[in-house]
Formats: sequence, structure tokens, C-alpha cells
Amino acid sequence: MIWYILRRIVYLVPTLLVVSIIAFVVIQLPPGDFLASLISKAEETIDQAQVDALRERYGLDEPIHVQYWKWISGIITRGDFGDSFEWNRPVSDLIWERLTLTMVISLLTLAFVWILSIPIGIYSAVKKYTIGDYLVTVIGFIGLAVPNFLLALVLMYIAFRYFGQSVGGLFSPEYIEAEWSLERVLDLLSHLWLPVVILGTAGTAALIRVMRANLLDELSKLYVDAARARGLSELRLLFKYPVRVALNPLVSALAWVFPALVSGSAITSIVLNLQTTGPLLYRSLQSQDMYLAGSLILLVSILTIIGTLVSDILLAWIDPRIQLQ
Amino acid sequence: MTGAARHSPQDAHSLPSGDVQSESRIVVANQWQLIWWKFRKHRLAMIAGAVTLFLYTVALFAEFFAPYAAGTYSARHTYLPPPTIQLFQSTETGWRFYPHIYGFTVSVDPDSFKRTYVVDQDTIYPIGLFVRGEEYQLWGLFTLDVHLIGAANHGDPVYLFGADRLGRDVLSRTIHGTRVSMSVGLVGVGLSLLLGVILGGISGYYGGAIDNLIQRAIEILRSLPTIPLWMGLSAAIPLTWPPLRVYFAITVLLSLIGWTSLAREVRGRFLSLKTEDFVIAARLDGVREMQIILRHMAPSMTSHIIASVTLAIPGMILAETALSFLGIGLRPPVVSWGVLLQEAQNVRSIATAPWLLFPGVAVAVAVLAMNFLGDGLRDAADPYQT
Repeated sequence: MIWYILRRIVYLVPTLLVVSIIAFVVIQLPPGDFLASLISKAEETIDQAQVDALRERYGLDEPIHVQYWKWISGIITRGDFGDSFEWNRPVSDLIWERLTLTMVISLLTLAFVWILSIPIGIYSAVKKYTIGDYLVTVIGFIGLAVPNFLLALVLMYIAFRYFGQSVGGLFSPEYIEAEWSLERVLDLLSHLWLPVVILGTAGTAALIRVMRANLLDELSKLYVDAARARGLSELRLLFKYPVRVALNPLVSALAWVFPALVSGSAITSIVLNLQTTGPLLYRSLQSQDMYLAGSLILLVSILTIIGTLVSDILLAWIDPRIQLQ
Repeated sequence: MTGAARHSPQDAHSLPSGDVQSESRIVVANQWQLIWWKFRKHRLAMIAGAVTLFLYTVALFAEFFAPYAAGTYSARHTYLPPPTIQLFQSTETGWRFYPHIYGFTVSVDPDSFKRTYVVDQDTIYPIGLFVRGEEYQLWGLFTLDVHLIGAANHGDPVYLFGADRLGRDVLSRTIHGTRVSMSVGLVGVGLSLLLGVILGGISGYYGGAIDNLIQRAIEILRSLPTIPLWMGLSAAIPLTWPPLRVYFAITVLLSLIGWTSLAREVRGRFLSLKTEDFVIAARLDGVREMQIILRHMAPSMTSHIIASVTLAIPGMILAETALSFLGIGLRPPVVSWGVLLQEAQNVRSIATAPWLLFPGVAVAVAVLAMNFLGDGLRDAADPYQT
């Protein structure tokens, strides 16, 4: 097990390298360099000494690989992600709370998806080809087909039209700028359910189908018939082995559900105006605030990679055969 | 060599045949016939196939299906709500079939300039099929003026799904958007297929170190959050680019990340086919490698690849819609479902005009249809399996 984990961590290194290069490319993509946009956007003129100091700091006159090295070593050694010129603050000041909220939403959604999809999947497999099964299948497919942001818009419209309230955001107005306190956490929780439900639909739909298919495969096996022949009650028969075996592929599905959740939350957050990384990334891209945008892409990618790693290790722990492959 | 020939008749007999087909027909049927017979029994997939076919027909003949051109606007009809279509009209002699909509009177609020429309049952605008309306060029070749549906008298304000902020017909724009939205999926999947078949093929056929390398690359790509990445990359597309180039840039971006699942499918197929008897036989007969891949292995993979391609298209459509919705994908004057949904970006505009969400219904129908179709194709792809 230790070796397996170590091997997976070694695999992590090239992945992180690739991700950092991609993020750096995103920073470099807009025409002109960081300083050119800084000067063009600044309200008052910036004196030459300041410009030169910044040019030196980011190594803008040097070849591209030196720039990359300055950027990445600043992040690794000092946690320095560069400056956001739109906010006129270091990037690292801006992102941590938003990253945490992104994580909280993604993990809660994951929990929601699991809690909902396992029992529904079991029901759908056991009651195969009944009205209930068809109903679940149809709802599941609709959940897959309707884009998250559209669902968000429709729910917001319904809430606005029929309940007369606007449901966007993660906090009530009085708590947006407040310090963290118990009241603020409770306020957050009362706003979280909507994004969690919206984000969870597609994942739930997908996992119900996986669970149903897995369980159907297991239920047709001979050991189930044998157990039934020996007079085991249907409920024990179901939960003793088939459900446990069918859960394995569901754990491995975690590896792709998690990146999909983080990815999907970007757009839904923009529509619902949540204080997560998505809207910040969107704004920074629109104003070409590239150090902020690049850092966000880098960190969100690292988060999903770690999430994938954790789910792989979890799977290897549940199903030791994985380690041998 | 077709697939059917390499299996003994006994295999073919075990094929569950829904219709009463004579056994001799099954024995001589080729692979594609068997796939078609199996696919035909999947009723949902058949319906989905018809819907998909319909959507692509609409995309092909968008100008004919749409009552108006994509850019036709009318300042007097901003946010005109969808009318109720009346199929019959009462006359002195009784009811007669006369599809029409009622007219409306408009009042403008002097403070907010908000227009309120009230149905006016005295004015009647007849509607019909194959009506004459605006002239258009079909594929830049023929000049026509026939529209499938629309106002029977050219010039009547008939907006069957309402009008948007500039008084443009939502139905027409959604129909015109079909062309871009449905083709982005096709072009994007075509590019991913190219990448996927080449890299997946190399990976599965040669194996070893190169396989390992490609598999790691796929794992890296799959663990990335795609939408933030797409956002970052597509935001860099210069605003000055012409629409067509933006369109291709977006599809290339989508396929650069989207090829991985196809590559996995191809690799898996290659691995399992490599040890099949007929491939080994061909190799022992001294057939060249390229010949083995193209003549012997490719035909048995085609059906599976078609199925995975169909399942990959909805993802592309959704991604394009999401990016364009945010304003960092395709941009007006290009009309795609995502671009149209930009109009419905906040609660206020939806509250004013919920019918602006109609392109979203089109997205959902298209994605749903192609998912069912792909599922059916995947089940039918291997007709020898029961």
C-alpha cells in the first residue's frame, strides 16, 4: 500500500509540471506583457523607476524559460503568485478564501451525489423495468442533458417569480464582508443547498446509471441464486454481497466526478454569483488580469489532481487488486 | 473480410432476433445488417436517431425552416411574448380550420419605457405552412422565399416563440443557431477522432514505453478541470478575429482536451483485437502491418468508434454552449444556442422574457437525443454479443 501511494505521488510530479506550464501559457497568451496592460489600465502615470522594478521582478526582458522559472520558483519558495493589477493587491491575498469555498461546495456536492445516487441506483436495479425505474431513468437523463447553468437560471427564475426572492450568492448581504463567525457559517449553509443541488444533478444522474448497471451485473450471478435458494431474506441477500461489489466502480467514478464538479462549478458559480473561484477567474480573464487568472487555473487544477489522487488511493484501499496493476 | 464470415453460423444463431427472420438470412447477413437489426429493436434509440436526423436536417436547411433571417429585427416588437396559436375560427356556418394568432395592442410605460402587450382579439394574423416571406440564399446557391412556417401574409408580426430585446424572432434565431451548435459538435469530434485514433492506435498497437507515455498524458488531461482551462484559453482568442476563425479556434480548443476518451476506446479495441485469431492469422501470412490495421482491424472497430463519437458530441455541444453563454466562446453576429442564451444571463431578463430560455430547450433535446442514440449504437455495435 505504501509503495502504491509513493508511486502515485511520483506520478504527480510530471502532472504538476504540465499544469504549471499550461497556467503559464495562459498568463502569456494575451498580446503584450503584464506591464503594458498595467500601464494602459492605470489611472495615473506610473513612474519609470517603478516600471523598471516590476520588469526586473518578473524578468520580462529575459527569455521565456527564465520568466517561467522566476514565476514558478516564486510560487514554490515564497507563495508569491504575482500581483493582480485590477485589485492592486498580491494574488495570494485574493484567492484562498475563494478556493476554500470552491472546495467546500465541491465536497458537499460530492457527498450529496453519493447519498442520493446509491439508494436510487439500488432501487432502480432491483425494481428493473418498473414505472419507478423508468421515472428515475428519465429524470436522470434530463439531469445529464440540461446544462448546469441553465438549471441554475430556471431555478433562480422560479424562486424569483413564485417566491419573490433572489437566491444568488453564498451569503446574505449583511454577512458578505463580515468576519467569520458562527452566524456567518450558518448563513453560508442556508445558501449552499441551491448550488449543491444544481451542481449535483448531472453527477447524480451519471452515478445512478453506473450503480444500476453494476448491480444488475451482480444480481444475475449464480451466488445470488444460491443464497436465495438457501432461504436468505431478500434484503440481506441484496446488501450482503452484490451491493458491496457494485460499489467499487462507484469509488473509481470519483476520479472523474470530482474534476467534473470543480469544472462545472465554475459556470454555475458565475450564474449564481457565488464567492468561489469561477467568477473571479471570469472577471480576471475579461480584464486580462493574467497573473490572477493563471494562478486560479493553476490552483484549481492542483486541487482536482489531489482530489483524483485521494480517490485513487481510496479505491486501492477498498479494492486491493488495483495495487497489483 | 467482413465480420460475419469469421464467425460460425452457430454464433449467428444465438443472435436474438425480434422479427421473424429466417435463419438463412441471419447467416448471410453482413456485419452492418446485423447491427441495424439489433439497433432497430432499441425503440428509444430509434426515436433519438430520428430526432438527431431532424436536427441536422434543420441545420442544413435552416433558412427554409426559420420564418425570418437571423438578423431581422423590429423595434416595435421588443420582448413580444409568444402568442397562443388558434387552430380554428368560428364563422357563421360553424368552425373552420384556419390557423391564426391574435394581434395585440401595445402600451409603453412613460417612465421605464417598458412595453406591455395586450391581446387584441379583433386583429387576426393567419399563419400557414410553406408561406412566402423574406428572400434568402440557400447555401449561397439558390434564391428562394419559401419558409416552412410563418405569417401567411408577408409582413405580419408573427413571432411564434416571442421576440427578444431587439425584437428578433426567438424561434428563427434558435433554428439558425442549430447550424453552428450542431456542427461545432461534429467538427470538434472529427478533430478529436483524428487525435484519438492516431494516439490511441499507436498506444494500443505498439504498447510498451510509448503506450505508458500516452496513457500518462491522458491521465493528466483527464484530471484537469476542463471548463476553467477552456475559459483561460478561449479568452485569449483576439477580438479582432473574423467569426469563422473564432469558430475553428473554439473547436480546436474543445478537441484538444476532448480526444482522451476516444483514444482510450480505440486503445482498448486495439488491445483486444490484437490477439484475435484472424489478426494472428493475417500476421502469420505475412501481411504488412499497415494492411493488417486498415484491412483487418479497422472494420471491426468502426461500429464501436461511431458509437463513442456519437456519445462525445453532446459534451462538445454543452461546452460550446457554456463558453458562448459566458461571452468567451462564439460571439455575435454568429448565432449559436450559447450565444442566444447570453440574452438570458440574469434573472431580470428572464423575468421579463422567460421565452428567451427556449434555445436551452433545444440544447437539452439535442444532448438527450444524442445520448440515447449513442447508447443504442453502443449496444448494437457488437452484434455477435448477446
